[in-house]
Amino acid sequence: MSKRTFSIGGVHPHDNKISRECAIEPLPLSPTVYLSMSQHIGAPAKPVVAVGDKVKVGQVVAEPGGFVSAFIHSSVSGTVKSIGPRKDLAGNPQTCIEIAVEGDEWLEGIDTSDTLVTGIPADNKAIIDKIRLGGVVGLGGATFPTHVKLSPPPGSKCERVIINGCECEPYLTSDYRTLLEKGEQVVVGAAILRQVMGGVPCTIAIEENKPEAVAHIQDVIRKLGYEGIEVMVMKMMYPQGGEKQLIDAVMHRQVGSGALPISVGAVVQNVATALAVYDAVQKNKPIVDNSVTVTGECFPRQANLLVRVGTPLSYIIDYLGGVPADAVKVISGGPMMGRAVANLDAATVKGTGALLFLTEKQTRRQPASACIRCGKCADACPMGLEPFLLNRLVKVNDLEQLEANAAQDCIECGCCLYSCPAHIPLLDNIRMGKGAVLGAIRARAAKK
Amino acid sequence: MTSTIIWTIAIITVLGLVLALVLYLVAKKFKVEEDPRIDEVEKVMPGANCGGCGFAGCRAFAEAAVGAPNLDNNFCPVGGNDVMAKVAAILGYEVSAKAPQVAVVRCNGTCENRPKVNEYDGFASCKVKAALYSGDTACAFGCLGCGDCAAACQFGALTMDPSTGLPVVDESKCTACGACAKACPKRIIELRPKGPRGMREFVSCVNHDKGPAAKKACAAACIGCGICVKTCTHEAIVLDNNVAYIDPAKCKLCRECEAMCPTGAIHGVNFPKPLDKDAVKERIKARQQKAKEAAHV
Repeated sequence: MSKRTFSIGGVHPHDNKISRECAIEPLPLSPTVYLSMSQHIGAPAKPVVAVGDKVKVGQVVAEPGGFVSAFIHSSVSGTVKSIGPRKDLAGNPQTCIEIAVEGDEWLEGIDTSDTLVTGIPADNKAIIDKIRLGGVVGLGGATFPTHVKLSPPPGSKCERVIINGCECEPYLTSDYRTLLEKGEQVVVGAAILRQVMGGVPCTIAIEENKPEAVAHIQDVIRKLGYEGIEVMVMKMMYPQGGEKQLIDAVMHRQVGSGALPISVGAVVQNVATALAVYDAVQKNKPIVDNSVTVTGECFPRQANLLVRVGTPLSYIIDYLGGVPADAVKVISGGPMMGRAVANLDAATVKGTGALLFLTEKQTRRQPASACIRCGKCADACPMGLEPFLLNRLVKVNDLEQLEANAAQDCIECGCCLYSCPAHIPLLDNIRMGKGAVLGAIRARAAKK
Repeated sequence: MTSTIIWTIAIITVLGLVLALVLYLVAKKFKVEEDPRIDEVEKVMPGANCGGCGFAGCRAFAEAAVGAPNLDNNFCPVGGNDVMAKVAAILGYEVSAKAPQVAVVRCNGTCENRPKVNEYDGFASCKVKAALYSGDTACAFGCLGCGDCAAACQFGALTMDPSTGLPVVDESKCTACGACAKACPKRIIELRPKGPRGMREFVSCVNHDKGPAAKKACAAACIGCGICVKTCTHEAIVLDNNVAYIDPAKCKLCRECEAMCPTGAIHGVNFPKPLDKDAVKERIKARQQKAKEAAHV
């Protein structure tokens, strides 16, 4: 069988999965954690604890601040020290709850054992409610509240649930390790998602560079005897993990401009999200930890760590031996879509998937020269855009033409920048244009 | 051979005449009636087409001015009062003189005052940098130093000073068109009245952080202590969101706030004499003492 991939664009950076053999190990608790109120897309959560309160692991510390928002739970047990602004990874202040850690006492009712619970509750409404109360958000990077995604607008029908195990970003291995070590839980999570969406078929998509994970998950599905869940081996291609690209690859359907995946009958959830769904529904365990890949050629101790949400980055790095001397850049996420960290004292959030250390040589930007109209960026764009054109339109600030040329559809994957032989900062400029166009669209909608 | 040439010339001439007639008739029939005053107004405009008035260019300004009931909302910052007086004369409107303005950079985060905490190696544009993160210093409000303002200035009035990393305004060239203020993603550039003989007093900081955080980020930050507000006898200073602001309309240029500011965030420019801080402090002390005694009595 020929392996599938999405139909247009894409690039193929070397996958550099140097931490693939490192088993997930729990990180010892840091003395203090900082829980940000903006760990998800949408309205920030509202704190419901006060300074001096004692909290346990899994206790709700903040409530959703709107429909698209999520619960936040304490990831440690201890005392609330302060609630106030603290700088996030980008240096921007966010409201954070500071908790001084005392012991590791979990809230009653949370099943912390390793026993696999395969019996899925029959009531779908109750399941979605449990997912909501568990503060589950999409852990693939966008951190969109999962319960919102699982409640499609009336009139739309889901035809397939896709579990995203592509992990197409170079260096990242936390999803791969999760598939290997928590395969059973992920598959049960997939079965739950599939049942919630009305018993539709489910595809677990894994790229071909992870044959062990493919074999293991196929094994697990056979062992658990689930019907309707299949593993699909994907060709290696970046950005296959993008929602629209994955739907194209798996279902051969294209999501229209500005449309949601549900419009073509697809619901995509990340592997880590499936695990979080399993934990929330079967174990009553909200998101209090997530696995983080710490890697980079210059980093002496590669690791996949199970990190409590809100752990300061500096604590993680110190645990693994400190910042290497030749590292000049720390990136939160993968090298393609991740963002450089401006502040190492910042704490992790639910969506933090990786810390990547890069050397001066790896991060050096070549000076930009003139566009030679080779069209490589247009070939590489997985959304079928023309980055060279958008770049020029941003420079003259032509919002109308930017919108007509679908700048708002850019997924910021960086394929254009990666493929440009003239080293033009295409993505930087297009991102600006995209922001301006989205602002104009919003202003127009508000006027109506 | 000769006849071909003659015929060609004749046909082309006749064709040209016929088409000219058609064009003449069409132009006559579909002529757009335009107020002749638009052309007159445009003629007296500076012709910089900078957009500082809020319109696309000088012609658009002229059209708007001719169509407007008065000139209250139309002002050409480049031409200033002279040009506006001419425009008013053409249109027969009254126009009150406006105080000339100048762009003021409200950030004093020089390399010494505001040490870098990380290094930015992305595309050199303030707009791009501001969209990515808070900046390469601990101050999330101040100048990003990539020079979008200098690039936006059409009059060569703004240059980046490499020693401080901050933009410098050449007052003689600045026309107060406001392009720099619009280009700055941190909104640190403000158009302020030039003041008598160019003298003006302003708070050179926009940091909203609380005192300790602001001070830690930048030695010359406004820490929101409120001493200037207490010192000012003209009620010209307000403290909002941890940063002071001097209202130029109320400021009497006494420089007392500048002398009292603990971080030196308040700047006075173009004064003939340098500020003698101790003398001003003595003066304020004596005044406060007097007030206290008066209160006792």
